[in-house]
Amino acid sequence: MSSPASAATLGHIDIDHLHIHLGEPGQSLEVVHNVSFTVAAGEFVCLLGPSGCGKSTLLGALAGHLVPSHGSIRVDGLPISGPHPERALVFQQHTLFPWKRVVDNVAFGLKMKGVARDQRQRQAHDLLNLVGLEGFENHYPAQLSGGMQQRVEIARVLINYPRVMLMDEPFGALDAQTRLMMQEHLLEVWSRIRTSIVFITHDIDEALFLADRILVMSPRPGRIIDERRLGFGRPRDGSLVTSARFIELKRHCLELLHPGGKHPAYLERLSPLGKVPANASSFSV
Amino acid sequence: MTSLQPSLSLAGSVDTGSPDLSPVVASAASGWAWARLAFQAGGLLLCVLIWHVLASHRVPLGVITFANVPPPAEVLATAWDLAQSPKLGQHLYSSLLRIFFGFGLAALFGIGLGLLIGRLRWAHDGLLPPLEVLRPIPAVAWIPLSILMFPSSEGSMIFITFIGALFPILLNTIHGVEGVSPRLIASARSLGCGRWSLFTEVIAPGAAPSIVTGLSIGMGTCWFCLVTAEMISGQFGIGYYTWESYTVQNYAAIVVGMLVIGALGMGSSALINRFGKLLMPWYQPQGGRS
Repeated sequence: MSSPASAATLGHIDIDHLHIHLGEPGQSLEVVHNVSFTVAAGEFVCLLGPSGCGKSTLLGALAGHLVPSHGSIRVDGLPISGPHPERALVFQQHTLFPWKRVVDNVAFGLKMKGVARDQRQRQAHDLLNLVGLEGFENHYPAQLSGGMQQRVEIARVLINYPRVMLMDEPFGALDAQTRLMMQEHLLEVWSRIRTSIVFITHDIDEALFLADRILVMSPRPGRIIDERRLGFGRPRDGSLVTSARFIELKRHCLELLHPGGKHPAYLERLSPLGKVPANASSFSV
Repeated sequence: MTSLQPSLSLAGSVDTGSPDLSPVVASAASGWAWARLAFQAGGLLLCVLIWHVLASHRVPLGVITFANVPPPAEVLATAWDLAQSPKLGQHLYSSLLRIFFGFGLAALFGIGLGLLIGRLRWAHDGLLPPLEVLRPIPAVAWIPLSILMFPSSEGSMIFITFIGALFPILLNTIHGVEGVSPRLIASARSLGCGRWSLFTEVIAPGAAPSIVTGLSIGMGTCWFCLVTAEMISGQFGIGYYTWESYTVQNYAAIVVGMLVIGALGMGSSALINRFGKLLMPWYQPQGGRS
């Protein structure tokens, strides 16, 4: 990369007594209840919780797409007043522009900043190299596999050099093999371009493998019920998941998410930023 | 990046496995293509043959009679005469010009209003109700009023074609805009996309497949309305030609007029489809026939 960021100095998140309600006034539903936590600059935090616990809602508020009903969110001391390229948002799938070639998808953030075409294409090439997709510049997203599409997605948000990356189950739609590969890939990219990451997942292994620290959320209304610094060294590889400490932590998380081995009642997903389209395959031939 | 190799080598192995198989597949496919083409031509010829038998024997079938229907050979002769007459150019020019303006205006207003109504609440609440009231009125029902409203008959005919094409384009555009995924919009906004660039960068291309469908349907209704309008007021135009042939009892020319209208409609639809493919190289419609 042209300007490798060393230790991050920006991207400190401060969430204070946050409550979020969804729905029309009068019949709204509390989705996030009294959540407070901080994320240090350059830290990798995983929010772990069952489906429908309000994780995505919390992330939507961090991105600036949803307005909290009480409490505050500050990034580097400044309150959030809407979406901003410094807070990058990565969804599960199908959020690349199907009508733009891969290189133009990646260069989109710079186009919005008014950067000249030559320059933004050059930077997009650099980032595509970083995520291992050199040679696929002129493909359309539908011509790429799910894992490759998520690499493009990561390159597309990194071009803005965000302070914070907000990832909403980004590998949730991938098969197990590709998912492992993408987790290692994300850690490698993150070691080169250091941002704070808030990563949402309901997969315990994924959270433990990736994070510096995990926050466990309860079913709706979502509260933080546990916080744990993992203390695994970096770089990490596949052998980590069979270590005794990892398994001990996994057992602990399982107990928190399924107390007494029972599955919690399923909650309807609210998806305030829209569901993954059911006919999502219409663009992926 | 090494971690990408599996998917790449997989694609490669598919390629290397196919060459010895592909020529056989290709020649079989082209054979099939010829057979299909012959089959399609056969269907067409059969229709002409049935027409010829019915018309030349002036078959009366009770509720329908072919006593006054010209046979194909007569129609062909009349078509040949028309092709050499200077009037054909005038008829075509008049009709195509009306379609150009009527359809062009409908596309402009239909897409523009559709983008606004589909995306902005104030436009939806303010503009949709009056349009919903006008929508069920068939374009043809506008003919008397439009003759009163426009001093020139040219203006009234263009207006009729405009009304005919407007609603299919408008409704399909609204449908397309409403179908753009909220996640796509959230992603774009998080990448720094402002309110207005959202229209050009996300909403319009996202709605494009639906807009092209609307244009295609609109083109069909546009011709339908034009021909009707020309039958009522006009001195040139292919619809006028068809109706005039009826009034002067030149029955073969009626069929010629009908066939020309059909050919023009088909040609303009093909043009729209071509335009759609050029505009959306990324778009591959799903599904197929068995």
